[in-house]
Formats: sequence, C-alpha cells, structure tokens
Amino acid sequence: MTIEGTQEYSINMGPQHPSTHGVFRMVVHLDGEVVTKVEPKIGYLHRGLEKMAESRTYTQFIPYTDRLDYLAGPHNSLGYVQAVEKLMDLEVPERAEYLRVIFAELGRIASHLVMIASGSLDICGWTPWSYCFRDRERILDLFEMTAGNRMTPNYFRIGGVSHDVPDEFMPALKSFLDDMPENMEEYLGIFFGNEIAQSRMKSVGILPKELAENLLITGANLRASGVQYDIRKAEPYGIYDRFDFNIPVLYGCDTYDRHLLRLLEIQESIKILRQALRDIPEGPVMAKVPKVIKPPIGKVYHRVENPKGEMGWYIVSNGTTKPARVRIRTGAFVNVQMLSAIIAGWKIQDLVTIFASMDLVLGEVDK
Amino acid sequence: MDAFNNLFVNIAAAIRGLFADSHSLGADLTINIIVFILLFLIMVVAALFLSLVERKFAHWVSQRPGPNRLGPHGWFQFIADAVKMLGKEDITPANVDKFLFKMAPMILVGVTLMAFGVLPFGKGMVAINLDLGIVYFLAVSSISTLALLMAGWASNNKYSLLGGLRAVAQMISYEIPLLFSLLGVVMITQTFNLSSIVEAQKSVPFIFLQPLAFVIYLIAGIAETNRAPFDQVQGEQEIVAGPFTEYSGLRWGLFMLAEYGNVVATSVIAVSMFLGGWYGPEFLPGWLWFILKIWLVIFLMMWVRWTFVRMRIDHLMHFAWKILLPLSLVNIFLTGMGIYVYDQLILRIGG
Repeated sequence: MTIEGTQEYSINMGPQHPSTHGVFRMVVHLDGEVVTKVEPKIGYLHRGLEKMAESRTYTQFIPYTDRLDYLAGPHNSLGYVQAVEKLMDLEVPERAEYLRVIFAELGRIASHLVMIASGSLDICGWTPWSYCFRDRERILDLFEMTAGNRMTPNYFRIGGVSHDVPDEFMPALKSFLDDMPENMEEYLGIFFGNEIAQSRMKSVGILPKELAENLLITGANLRASGVQYDIRKAEPYGIYDRFDFNIPVLYGCDTYDRHLLRLLEIQESIKILRQALRDIPEGPVMAKVPKVIKPPIGKVYHRVENPKGEMGWYIVSNGTTKPARVRIRTGAFVNVQMLSAIIAGWKIQDLVTIFASMDLVLGEVDK
Repeated sequence: MDAFNNLFVNIAAAIRGLFADSHSLGADLTINIIVFILLFLIMVVAALFLSLVERKFAHWVSQRPGPNRLGPHGWFQFIADAVKMLGKEDITPANVDKFLFKMAPMILVGVTLMAFGVLPFGKGMVAINLDLGIVYFLAVSSISTLALLMAGWASNNKYSLLGGLRAVAQMISYEIPLLFSLLGVVMITQTFNLSSIVEAQKSVPFIFLQPLAFVIYLIAGIAETNRAPFDQVQGEQEIVAGPFTEYSGLRWGLFMLAEYGNVVATSVIAVSMFLGGWYGPEFLPGWLWFILKIWLVIFLMMWVRWTFVRMRIDHLMHFAWKILLPLSLVNIFLTGMGIYVYDQLILRIGG
C-alpha cells in the first residue's frame, strides 16, 4: 500500500551484494523499509553442466558434479556415481560404501556449518561465523589429506572410491567428532541463545506446511515446516539403512527453526559418522569395473538427500561411453521459489535473514 | 610525582610564560591553536590505533589470527592502512549532489572535533572550560545526524538513502535517553561544567550513585556511535554500507575517523560523568588514570559489538522509546527523591 505522494522503491540486490551468498540477484520492491515483492533473477553462475555431461565420458563428469553444491561436494558425486552404478548394476565393496557415507556426511556437516555461519553473519554476528568456519576448516583438512582438494574432493568413482584414506584420517576424524558436541554448545550459546538473534529470527518468514508441500520444497527447509521427510529414510540409498539415526523435525516454520534444524542435523550426522567409524571393515575400495565404462542402453533416476534438498539424477544411456542426456534435479533450484512466496510484508532486514535461512548455493541453483 | 601529574598543565603554563603578558590575546590564541592541533592529532591517532585494536580484539574474541604481518604481531598495520587510504583514488560518482557529497564527511569530522573541545582529559587539561559543557557536547554531537543524512541524500544511491533515513530515525530516538541519563548527574552536582562534575567525584564516582544511568548512557552511547548491535546505519548485510556506500579513499577515511572519534568522545563523557574522571589511587598521574578508564569503556563497547548481533530497526525504536526512555525518567525521579531525602536529613541532623 502506498500513501499518496510516496512511491514504491525498487532496489537491485545482487549479483554483487554482501548478503546474496554468491551471484544471486533479486529485484526488491520496497515501501519504505517493508518489502512488497521480490523477483529472483537467477542464471549468473550457469555453466551448462547438463550439456557438458553429454560430451564427457561417465568418469570424466565426476569432477563437475562436485561443483554443483560446492559447499558439500561429496554428496553430489554420490548421487551421480550411484545413478550410474544402478544403470550398470554394479556392486560396490563394503569399505567403499562406508567411506562414501563418511565423506557425504562430513560434507553435510560442512554445508550446514556454512549455513549457520552465513546466517549469523547476515545479522552481523561475526563471532559465531568465525566459530563455525573454524570447525569447518577441520573437515576441509580431512578432505585435503585424502583427496588433495578441499572443497571439491573428487573422491568417488563409479564402483567405489578413488583410493583408500591415509592412516592419519581416522584418528583425525575421531578427534573432530569428539570436539563437535562442545563446539555446538558454543554455537548454541552465542548465536541460537542470543536474545537479539532470537528476536531477529523467531516468527520471521513463516513457511506454512501446506505451502512448503505445494512448492515442492525439500531438505531442511521442509523439515523445519513440520514434514518429516528425508530420502535417507524414505528411500534409503547406499548403506544408509544400516545406521541408526533420527530425522529431526521442527514445527516453527520460521527462520529460527530453519537454522536450528541444521544444528540438529549436524548432531544426527555425527551419530552416523560415529557408527560408520565403528563398523567400517577392511578391504578393497574399488569394485571390478571395466576400463571403459559403457552402461547398457536404458535410463535411470536416482535421488539422494543433499544438504540443500533432494537431488535427483536422471541419466539416459545410449550404450556409448558418454551419456545421451543428463538431467539434474537440485534442491536449491526448487527452493528458490519459496522466497517470493513468503517475503511480502517483511522488512528489508528480514529479507536478508529469510534468504540466509533458505540456504541456497548458487552452484546448485544455476547448475 | 606532582610535576608528572601536572605535566601538560605545566607545559601550557611554560608556553604562556613566553609572552610578556601571560593572559594576552596572543598567548590565548597560541595556546588554543596548539591545543586544537593536539586534539586533532589525538583524534587521528586514536582512530587509526582503535581501528587496529578493534580488529585485534575481534580476532581475539572469535579465535582467528587477525592482522599479523606488519611489525611485531601486526601492530604496525594501522600505518599501512593510513597510507593505503591516502593513496586511494577519490571518486565522485556521476549525478551526485557534489557540494553536499563533499561537505558531509568534513562536517562529520568537524563536529567531532568541536565536541572534543570541551572534553577534560585531566585536571586543568581542557581546551575550553565551558560552563555549559555537557549541553554543548550534546548539541554539537547531534549535528552529526545531519551529516549522515546529507551523505545519504547526496550520494544518489538507494542504499545510501535508506541508511541516511535510518541514521535520522535512530540517532534522534537515542539522543533522548542519552540526555536524560546524564541529567541525574547534573541534578546531583548542580552544574553543567564537565570539570566541576569530575571534581565532585573526588570521594565517590557517580557510577555508584547512578548505576542505572550509566547502563542507559552506555547503551544509548553505543547507539549514537552507530556500533553493533545498533549499527543499522551502515548495516553492511542489508544496505551495503549505508550513507558511506559511494565514498572512497580519504573521504571514506574521514567517516571512519569521525566514527572512532565519536567512540573516544562517548567514552570520555562516560568516564567524566560516571567513572570519576582523573581521580584514582595516587601511584599513577591523573591523566594516565583517565586514559586507562577510557580504555575500559572502549573495551566494554568492543566486547558488546563482537558478541551481539544487529537488532532490527523496529525493535531498535521500540527499545529506545519503550524501555530506555521510561527507565531514564524513572532514574531522574529516583534521583530527585534521593536528593530531597538527603537534603531533609542534612536539615534535621545538621540543623
């Protein structure tokens, strides 16, 4: 509503703006400080990954998958390699399965830590930000000592993982897991327990359950709106059915719950990692796969629970060494629509926190 | 010890002694020019040094290395920062209101320097000993609102304009509790002169008589200097840098200079109104006590800044009008009651 004599004010946020987490751009329509409408503009990071896949062999495409959700590289590759394995009917060795789970869950923790960190940074909480990054650093170190790369490890292969982890990996992982509960107390104290932070986030940016379901929101955003849905439980892939863990769900539907749910998920991931660390067997890490990967003619759809939401891989094979068509369903891309659906009426400062709570990563949105 | 205590006063007296008539116009003018150059230097050095201390402190709080390259543990970093800022290109964007755009940082720094004029840094160490010192300080420092609005308006940038408007809303709201929190002290001492107020705290600092007022002053003071959790004006994550968005190089540096200058000025007022000014145990000279107390207040402000997150603009206004203002009125009422009871007791016992 505009009063006579005043006019609606539209500002362009992004693609270069401190709080758009990458190259997201939105045109924000303002009435004073109150947001009336937001138009998300995506595509600034479009690299054409799906098209690229058609001109690369199945193995050559694995490094590209890491760059979808670059904050949690391993889980993207997990979806891709498992889809191809499903197509080829490959059996993966036990140890490789466990290593895959360890890497995927470490990636999930790293991604959620970045989410909490940037969420707090968007309301000027520099200290919680640096606490989260301090702990994420140790995960990146684990990736580095195994695969050489820190954010995009490129560790999974069709039929297993590229090589076994070094000897110092397991002790380092164990000490990381031992320190995490104490670190999480710190985040709770300085960020989640902070009176001002709570007043900024509680009952802000309500995403009702029905709306979330209708918009096909997935991942932690859906679970913070009261829907207990996680593909790791709903349609277990890999060896996720062997682990004992819960799917946390919160009913607040607001920004605070979306942040808190990430923290609860870190807890569950730590549980999974502890069990994986306990049960991991010795043995080979690579199945016997042909030198040239040529899946039979056919198509496959495989979905995994990425930290950002549901990730689906649709691969069509025409029997050659290169896929005929690859289609990626990414969680963050679908979750973008939630922004313009719930934003009207909130202040420009809330826009920033709501945007942070959606946990978009532009590599996944723009593909 | 006494000579050390009165070091700066004696130097001033010596300079005056060079003139035939030590209270002639020439002597006054010379002293004032020297004092103002000194004040400006204090402000610049304090700003440069504080910008480094702030980062060091932030990194200490949040467990990261911080500036550690230049000099021992990075303590020379502020020199590099100053040189970098001087060497940067001064950009005046197209379509800005050139006059206002260039005036805004100058006004802000000028106003801060004017406020420094009445601050007592030790016994007898005040540039201008105004009888209405506090009133002058508050009046002058509220002009800085205007400078921020000018910067926001002249920049011809929507983010800047939002920042400028926020500055007006916030600073006007917080000036009222700030003023009222100082009134309690004025009621007790019956004077607006800062030096006399410090003199009155020889036996007991007013923080013990006015604890509520001190807390209100500190909160409102942080809001007046636009520091987190009240840094709506430059809310980096929403409006990029508020009124400072379009500024670069030395003009931007002037804004930072004024910001840290305001931090120092706010702490000086806090020290002289509540913490007993230059009074302290005898083993240190008065002006050193004063500096130590300023550091204590600055430390408090930094601690708050790096612990809390930013408030939302409407919560901020509610906080000023619904919590701080009634509390400061309650404080004035209680102070009045206390003074009345005290006077009656004196009458009964003394009379």
